[in-house]
Amino acid sequence: MSDHALFKRVAIGTIAVWLLLFAFAPNLMVVIASFLTRGESEFLVWTPTTDAYARMLDPLYLHVFWNSFYLSAMTTLLCLVIGYPFAYLIARANPAVRPYLLLLVIIPFWTSSLVRTYAMIVILNTNGLLNTLLQSLGLIDEPLELLYTDGAVIAGLVYTLLPFMVLPLYAAIEKLDWRLVEAARDLGARKVRTFASVIIPLTSPGIVAGCMLVFLPGLGMFYVADFLGGSKTTLIGNLIQRQFLSARDWPFGSAASVTLTIVMGLMIGLYLLAAKRANAKVEV
Amino acid sequence: MKGLGRGAYLALVYAFLYLPIAVLIVYSFNDARYSLSWQGFTWGWYESLSQNDDLIDVALNSVIVALLSATLATIIGTLGAVALYRYRFSGRNVLNGLIFVLIMSPEIVMGISLLLLFVTMGLELGFTTVLLSHTTFSIPFVVVTVMSRLSGFDKFLIEAAQDLGATEFQTFRKVILPLLIPAVVAGWLLSFTLSMDDVIISFFVTGPDFEVLPLKVYSMVRLGVKPEINALSTVMFALTLVIVLIAQSLLKERK
Amino acid sequence: MSEHVIELRSATKAYGKQTVLHGVDLKVRRGEFLTLLGPSGCGKTTILRLLAGFESPTTGTVLLDGQDVTALPPEDRGVNTVFQSYALFPHMTVYDNVAFGPRIKGVGGSELDTRVMEALKTVKLDGFAQRKPAQLSGGQQQRVAIARALVNRPLVLLLDESLSALDYKLRKAMQIELKQLQRQLGITFVFVTHDQEEALSMSDRVVVMNAGNIQQIGTPREVYEQPENLFVAKFVGEINTLTGTVCAVHGDGSYDIDLFGHVIDLRARRSFAVGAEVSVLIRPEDLRIWREGEGTVEDLADLFPGTVEEVIYKGTTVDLIVRLTETRELLSTTQFFNEDDASGSLLDYRIGEPVHVDWVHGWEVILPHE
Repeated sequence: MSDHALFKRVAIGTIAVWLLLFAFAPNLMVVIASFLTRGESEFLVWTPTTDAYARMLDPLYLHVFWNSFYLSAMTTLLCLVIGYPFAYLIARANPAVRPYLLLLVIIPFWTSSLVRTYAMIVILNTNGLLNTLLQSLGLIDEPLELLYTDGAVIAGLVYTLLPFMVLPLYAAIEKLDWRLVEAARDLGARKVRTFASVIIPLTSPGIVAGCMLVFLPGLGMFYVADFLGGSKTTLIGNLIQRQFLSARDWPFGSAASVTLTIVMGLMIGLYLLAAKRANAKVEV
Repeated sequence: MKGLGRGAYLALVYAFLYLPIAVLIVYSFNDARYSLSWQGFTWGWYESLSQNDDLIDVALNSVIVALLSATLATIIGTLGAVALYRYRFSGRNVLNGLIFVLIMSPEIVMGISLLLLFVTMGLELGFTTVLLSHTTFSIPFVVVTVMSRLSGFDKFLIEAAQDLGATEFQTFRKVILPLLIPAVVAGWLLSFTLSMDDVIISFFVTGPDFEVLPLKVYSMVRLGVKPEINALSTVMFALTLVIVLIAQSLLKERK
Repeated sequence: MSEHVIELRSATKAYGKQTVLHGVDLKVRRGEFLTLLGPSGCGKTTILRLLAGFESPTTGTVLLDGQDVTALPPEDRGVNTVFQSYALFPHMTVYDNVAFGPRIKGVGGSELDTRVMEALKTVKLDGFAQRKPAQLSGGQQQRVAIARALVNRPLVLLLDESLSALDYKLRKAMQIELKQLQRQLGITFVFVTHDQEEALSMSDRVVVMNAGNIQQIGTPREVYEQPENLFVAKFVGEINTLTGTVCAVHGDGSYDIDLFGHVIDLRARRSFAVGAEVSVLIRPEDLRIWREGEGTVEDLADLFPGTVEEVIYKGTTVDLIVRLTETRELLSTTQFFNEDDASGSLLDYRIGEPVHVDWVHGWEVILPHE
């Protein structure tokens, strides 16, 4: 075998084998497991059934799904509302300071979300910073019960996931051909109109990517709900975690995962659509 | 005035991003167990961390897994990125697709899917399974980092090397790799950080005999907020900060 | 209605410490095709952006149709721009691109349709309404950009290096088309280019700029034949420069000028004193070449001996580079084929061949030496 073929085979082979074994196979197994039955002594029994999916329609679980989607959607919306102007201002900032502004977003992006969630507890505690501040300002007499509420979970999720919204938005806005904005103004569009009909559509891949990177982890970050949420706050992540670790109902946990993956697939479809629409680049 | 408003908005969001961490860091030096008010500076919580043998063991576990998984992921990811960039082969799109799926997969889905795999394979949950999992989720980050540098390459450099008689491996070794070094090192550093920080996937794929730092922090926090955790979190944040700064400076170089 | 559709009054533009426009005054007449010509960085694009409203002058005023619009944003000015990169919205069809402006003005229904299709017809693209910009060739994108601007019936159309992205042949065709379009619509065009040939062939008037200042404003013929300074002379077309001294003033604009020993009686539009150093500028096509034993030599003082250094065959002309024997200076000349010379043998110059050079007096331009 020639050197050419050898190197090529080793390079392709290594990653191909790894990904097939540790990315493709496991995902396939989740799908299979979701159609199996839970056993008494074993985790899974080879009796094909759609029971797991049927059980997800149980109002109890539907409520969990709904609640988790709601919290995640609120988080995504808040991140978008806070993040878009923020990313926009960074992208339009003086090129000399822009890398530093961006770095200040990248650092929390890489910082352990566990540490960041923990920091949120310290802030929201009954005798935490926020309560102390509000009391000393005389706005409240008694410390508020900020922790263990849905609001705290949303705050925690927004806090940990905001950088995941800002970075793709920044990338999309920074890439935007500013001459198109000038062209819109030149043709008589005011700022709001320009924003709605040119800037938003052209940065939509960034918007969808950011929403994906916030919404999907938002469904799964069980420790945020564990730390900040009340006893009733259950995310899909908590649900799946319990099926695998305490309830030992793997088919059901798998079915919930498959559902999550399908949601992901739908959002990727949306992303590709947005990218296709916006990226019909002008060839010069 | 418009500029002022913009600056204020930026400052507000940055404050939101950094204030909680800053508070955490400050408290980690506060000489009080329960009180929120400042009781004086102390290294005490860091000392008690350093005397906690159990914690040191767990931290060591994490560092070993991070070092090994980052190295493995960097080797596989770099080779993979070069292969995907250089060659047209059947299944190339499938590989690209799998990398994309890995990046996009919610961590919890990846966690349980790997758990299923390991249980089916009969692997005992512990060091090996954590290492394999961490390598897996780090690979796409290395591929993306290396790929973005590759796509900024002058294609003729590779052709020039081959024109001058270099074999495929020599071209990789003498031309591609040296130019890729900053991206490769950045990829390694980011993989190291990912491994050090991962909670969700480790949660599923480790066994009772092998604990890693984030899981330890998770169980400590569940038991209540303590100043030791402030100190530990500060250490973890500082580590991330240093690594990210180095990685960023490497990626920016020679742009 | 004011006579001048656009007026810039002592407009200055500075970015930090760098001043790119030094108090420029410019008046654009209604319905004319005006070209801003100059090398890159001369400030021509800045002027265009001041007119469009993308930049505001550091000092000075912009008047549009007699109204001070200095503080108005681009969307409130009755001007439209054809961008260098066309800046077509990639996510919209050709139709939606063209309809963008009218829709903002509240035009809808059949009127919108009529106007859009009319604009597309003007640029011969009525069959392409439903295409996306990415599906069009460069020339077609250019036309869409023009239609998108024209559909708004602007007071002035601003064109920023609009043809520079096209290949040579297409650019030539578009030049003619643009000129016809401008005549047919009667709209004022302000065109920015660095290509002097383009400027000369399309414009009613040319504004030659350099380093943030206007060097000369005039018809193409004026800037080409009567450049006001050396920059204009050299930037607008090729030119030969000979340095000489005034040795006698005859009055009525006639001077004896000493060009390294050849004293020639020439007329200048400017006045010079005896002893002044001057540059005598001659276009290549105005130089005549005399071969050994050719023609009748009347006054040897008017003939400059030299040798052919290079012969460049260009199809319609033969260009010679001649090195003058006395000063070792190089002159470039353009010789046209003569209709009497069917075989073209009269232009069969050899490298190293000795020749004499002169020009028809009166076609030169005399400027103070810089």
